[in-house]
Amino acid sequence: MATRTQIEVVMPQMGVSVSEGTIVKWLKSEGEAVQADEPLLEISTDKVDTEVPCPANGVLGSIVQLEGVTVAVGTTIALITTGDEAPAESAPEPEPEPESAPIGASRPAAPEPAPAPPVEPATRTFVSPVVARIAAEHSVDLERVTGTGHGGRVTKKDILAHIAAAEGPALVSSQPLPAPVTSSAPENGDRLEPMSQMRRSIAEHMRRSLDTSAHATTVFEVDMSSVVAIRSGLKPEFLERHGVRLTYLAFVARATVEALRNWPWLNAEIRGDEIVTHSYINLCIAVALEGGKGLIVPAIRGAEGLNLLGMARAIQDVGDRARSKQLTPEDMQGGTFTITNPGGHGSVVGTPIINQPQVAILDTEALVKRPVVITDEKGVDAISVRPIMNLCLSFDHRLIDGAYAVQFMAEVRSSLESWGEERY
Amino acid sequence: MPEKTYLQAISDGLRQEMRRDERVFVIGEDVGVYGGAFKVTVGLLDEFGPWRVIDAPLSEIAIVGSATGSALMGLRPVAEMQFSDFVSCAWDQVVTVAAKQHYRANTPVPMVLRLPSGGGFSGGPFHSQSPESSFTHVPGLKIVCPATPQDAKGLLATAIEDPNPVLYFEHKHLYRRIKAEVPDERYTIPFGKARIHRAGDEITLVTWGAMVHTAAEAVDELEGEGTTVEIIDLRTLQPWDKPAVLESVAKTGKLLILHEDTRTSGFGAEIAAQVAEEAFELLDAPIRRVAAPDTPIPFSPVLEKAFIPQVEDVAVALRELAAY
Repeated sequence: MATRTQIEVVMPQMGVSVSEGTIVKWLKSEGEAVQADEPLLEISTDKVDTEVPCPANGVLGSIVQLEGVTVAVGTTIALITTGDEAPAESAPEPEPEPESAPIGASRPAAPEPAPAPPVEPATRTFVSPVVARIAAEHSVDLERVTGTGHGGRVTKKDILAHIAAAEGPALVSSQPLPAPVTSSAPENGDRLEPMSQMRRSIAEHMRRSLDTSAHATTVFEVDMSSVVAIRSGLKPEFLERHGVRLTYLAFVARATVEALRNWPWLNAEIRGDEIVTHSYINLCIAVALEGGKGLIVPAIRGAEGLNLLGMARAIQDVGDRARSKQLTPEDMQGGTFTITNPGGHGSVVGTPIINQPQVAILDTEALVKRPVVITDEKGVDAISVRPIMNLCLSFDHRLIDGAYAVQFMAEVRSSLESWGEERY
Repeated sequence: MPEKTYLQAISDGLRQEMRRDERVFVIGEDVGVYGGAFKVTVGLLDEFGPWRVIDAPLSEIAIVGSATGSALMGLRPVAEMQFSDFVSCAWDQVVTVAAKQHYRANTPVPMVLRLPSGGGFSGGPFHSQSPESSFTHVPGLKIVCPATPQDAKGLLATAIEDPNPVLYFEHKHLYRRIKAEVPDERYTIPFGKARIHRAGDEITLVTWGAMVHTAAEAVDELEGEGTTVEIIDLRTLQPWDKPAVLESVAKTGKLLILHEDTRTSGFGAEIAAQVAEEAFELLDAPIRRVAAPDTPIPFSPVLEKAFIPQVEDVAVALRELAAY
């Protein structure tokens, strides 16, 4: 009797708040020999894209979930066959019951299964008391309800959704992510493609943010003359001695972090009926991926402890790692305030959407030379050409009053306009 | 409204009751000159004098005994145990005398025991326990476990007004850690009325005391996963707000009970049993408990962290229930 073990490959948990992942590409095909720790497939989650290593030596027995499919964390996606009889062409076995014999147990040599089409395993899953009661009250045949619970169990939510669907539009609890719908064929040469995991995540987050926060935006013009002068002085030194590109964004980030200390409600969140004011600043920097592939917003932890060099280096670091897919789930968590920087392409005003559960987002716009009226120390007005940058702050008006927001912005502006050489 | 710490809320509430009702007095070890081991009674001796702020000898049974006697004679004692752990020294006075008095002789015992409880500061096995569950088993006692500054003050006023012996468990870990707006004026919060700390409709999480905050952090961790959790802060365990729990379970079908006390015969077991008895047909998953293991509380910070339920433990249990 041959000893054979089937090992399940499951969708891994890539960070605490990640609940599902998409299979991007299988790197091995069914029947192919595999080695422990060699890359088995590529996955994409709303936090990171990564390769999944093979858990054991053996043969890739069957691929349960195909490319492009999004499944919950912990879902079986493939079976690896190990042991002395690694079959060359094994028919996909029904998934073992959750509480079946422990891994490594030998199985009795069953008579060769006839090459019949694989049949749905007629397993009875547990029916909870509340599901039994609802099924009885509504005369629902549970065999016809799709179960999403443990081992395919029909949950209370499943049966309520089933009844609601049968009775037409009714009170179905809103799901954060709509289930993928089979769409109709595109017409007139339109192209149809599935949403990437990241795009779905962004779509959900943006909509939820607008549904959650009372967005209001204020715009400040900042005279960046001092910053421009200081930057051109420091830029070569930063690059040569530290390998760091000194950007205007670093100055704005420094000024923002300093001002946030005096305006703590902008570095806060609303939890239920309570306001949580953070004792630290985890500064998120929005990084656009090329070709409209999405937006990643990693956090710089403990930004309140960084000087100008540290800030510039941290911004460069998260930007580089975002573009080269080197971010870890930890980089994506715990942000308390966000800066977005669309000005590089010439935008002069924006109304950014708040990165939940934060309560404000600062947008840095293009640096543009403009004629402005300045008043000298004698009180004489004159027109001068100055580098002006617009800073736009969207804030959650539920928590932050307009007066509070504009006083914060006034402090950021005066901090940037009075930037001195001695300041780091 | 002024912001107050949990400790200030208790302290101010106590002072307000003493100003309002001259029958109210405090007794305990070092409550007078020293102002209490945790400084809850600072300033009371100066304001109310040694007749109403009594430094007692180091004998819990004497403190609870004299409090019980003075309550029988019509006063309103608020006795302090330096640590709730030490109330075991007064077990006989609490359980045999105070709790039974009204039943035996129809005489009320309007006494409050203030019991600083809970761990999280490496206090070890004698200074970190949460013994509230033990006393829920004794008919005749009322058990109060506030989680917020507002509740701490309002429930203390209710406890002092109540004609029964009330064990008021104040969580040491919350003393200076949480701060919230507390009304200056006097108010009371009824016993047996839970507070919905966070509304949700997929899992009911029942807890009390410091674990309310652990629960809230765990629910924050689940943010974005599509699971909404209703956190119910029971506020009082005897009586406890069973209707509120049943109403929530009717909505969610899933129940997680979280407590800092050890698991076996903890009050979570009682809640689980009653929900199973009265709401079996509402359940969509097995009732789950997250509680401390059945051991004494270790000194070592690392082991203590493994002992007291942590945010991650709660998040794991919530995820498992959500996926069930």
